[in-house]
Amino acid sequence: MSEYSESVNTEAEAHLTEAHTHGHLVGYGTYIMVWLGLVALTSITVTIAGIHLGSLTLIAAMLIAAVKTSLVGYHFMHLKFDNMIIKVFVLVCLVIFLAFWILTFSDLSFR
Amino acid sequence: MANGSLANEVSYLEYQGKHKGIAGWLLTVDHKRIGLMYLMAIMVFFFVAMTLGVLMRLEMLSPGQTIMKPQTYNSVFTLHGVIMVFLFIIPAIPAVFGNFILPIQLGAKDVAFPRLNLFTWYLYMTGATLAIVSLFTGGGAADTGWTFYVPYSIRSAQNVTMTTLAAFILGFSTIVTGLNFIVTIHRLRAPGMTWFRMPLFAWGLYATSWIQVLATPVIGITLVLIMLERFLGIGVFDPALGGDPILYQHLFWIYSHPAVYIMILPAMGIVSEILPTFARKDIFGYKQIAISSLGIALIGYLVWGHHMFVSGMSDTSRIIFSLLTFLVAIPTGVKIFNWVATLYKGSIKFSAPLYYVLAFIFIFSIGGLTGLVLGALATDIHVTDTYFVVAHFHYVMFGGMGLMFFATMHYWFPKMFGKMYNEKVAVIACTVIVIGFNMLYFPFFILGYMGMPRRYYDYLPQFQGWHVLSTVGSWILVGGIVFMFGNLLYALLKGPKASMNPWGGTTLEWKVPSPPPLENFDEIPIVTGGPYVHDKSTYIMHPSREKIHTNGGAKSAKEEAAL
Repeated sequence: MSEYSESVNTEAEAHLTEAHTHGHLVGYGTYIMVWLGLVALTSITVTIAGIHLGSLTLIAAMLIAAVKTSLVGYHFMHLKFDNMIIKVFVLVCLVIFLAFWILTFSDLSFR
Repeated sequence: MANGSLANEVSYLEYQGKHKGIAGWLLTVDHKRIGLMYLMAIMVFFFVAMTLGVLMRLEMLSPGQTIMKPQTYNSVFTLHGVIMVFLFIIPAIPAVFGNFILPIQLGAKDVAFPRLNLFTWYLYMTGATLAIVSLFTGGGAADTGWTFYVPYSIRSAQNVTMTTLAAFILGFSTIVTGLNFIVTIHRLRAPGMTWFRMPLFAWGLYATSWIQVLATPVIGITLVLIMLERFLGIGVFDPALGGDPILYQHLFWIYSHPAVYIMILPAMGIVSEILPTFARKDIFGYKQIAISSLGIALIGYLVWGHHMFVSGMSDTSRIIFSLLTFLVAIPTGVKIFNWVATLYKGSIKFSAPLYYVLAFIFIFSIGGLTGLVLGALATDIHVTDTYFVVAHFHYVMFGGMGLMFFATMHYWFPKMFGKMYNEKVAVIACTVIVIGFNMLYFPFFILGYMGMPRRYYDYLPQFQGWHVLSTVGSWILVGGIVFMFGNLLYALLKGPKASMNPWGGTTLEWKVPSPPPLENFDEIPIVTGGPYVHDKSTYIMHPSREKIHTNGGAKSAKEEAAL
């Protein structure tokens, strides 16, 4: 590996070490609570699927899925500890996904 | 990677590292060698798909059966589409020239994740192998067209599953390459290379990479759903089970329309490289071209519904998608006008790459403007699913990406291989290609307008004249392409040595030897100005000789100014 690559790596490693020592010490309790939350939300999704709410069924399912995705991203994928640019990237992806969803529903809802 | 000084004494082609011979290629993590491995694989698939295209044209020479049966014809046009789209058009420029040139243009020694880069090549080869195996296994080659529309793709007895699996794996290769380029552009730009000092090819690749990362997973999931429909009958798309076949079209085009911009944006980036080099002046409207790449990528995400105007989509949706489709013409127009303005009052040197670019601007403009005919609701109904669509697609894809691939081959050939080709032969080949191209595809516009449906094996006798003209055009086009590659192959074997900067280019790849050394630069250069400045150098290639240190530490006022 060249000197240049090494300097880049060293910088990245230092950043990682700093992140590990300062931000990533999360207790098992938090993870278990989040997991229980995800299981509870899945149960709600399944329950709602059995109730006739018309077009609201899909909207409710999508909202619950959005909350679950946020929980996974924020806690398990460590978005909570990432710097702002990563959060902005994730936000951009979510906005684009929302645009896909709205445009697809401009068809399904008016057919 | 090897010791920098030793590695930089010889070119990347001659360098012998830990692995020798063929292993030195198959196990390489050098971005340039990986780019060449992609080039070799992609060229093989291009010639296979081109041969299939010529066979299709031959079949259409006369009504009824000419050289093949209807089922074979269905498989041939599917394969032509799948191979051209997934194995050539989408990966060609990013995987070959993005890999080879991007790190050098940014002033880096490699991409951000070199091993991951090699992994993408293996993914690509795995996907390609599966696509080929699918021809001879299961029920035979898929016959759905490259779009795999349901419900036919669910019920077809042909080997659709393996073909979709191949496309799924190829998608992964695309995603990882895109991710690698995004990180490379964010993290490995040379000191002083601000976003608006970055070459426009890098801007094109940056916009493309975002589409690759964000849109490709959608097609991945959709193709998996097709496999699940075929095996388990889950009923998401199958109307017989309460599914929605139009939902498949939405999901397919959410990826496949942005994929059109994956194909064209890097090509547009190269137009912006070649024009200032051969016009000997700075590009006109640098920032506008850079931002328009992002604009095309963004709006390109939101126009997929124009592929579905007659599929039974709601009227509200059709109006929205038609409006959005018209909007995408704005950033595209910005690029075209800026390119033409770059030539204005330039000291133009006509050379093969520039001829290809001029042909691109002319042909792509026809392709783009006929796209508006298809984007307007009323006219689309008349020409939908006719040869008009096929003509439009080939004018933007082959006339756009394909011609720019040839232009790029000529533009960076001396840099990649250190050899020069015969300029006169290259220009003649370009002329033959442009004539053959228009003779092959322009009749499609007329046939489509007259009502000739796409993908039909047979046709009415009154269409034959245009079909014959088109088939003859295909022979001329193929002749030109073979002539062009023959010239490049001859140059590779027996061509004279190329200098470091044969065209007078101003970006960083023209500041390193031809072919470049393994680690590209002895030292990471410092960038002091824009990429297309002709009257002074905007790079400090050996900062240490001028006592400028870029790896942290205090800097003098001069050093700060230089950065």
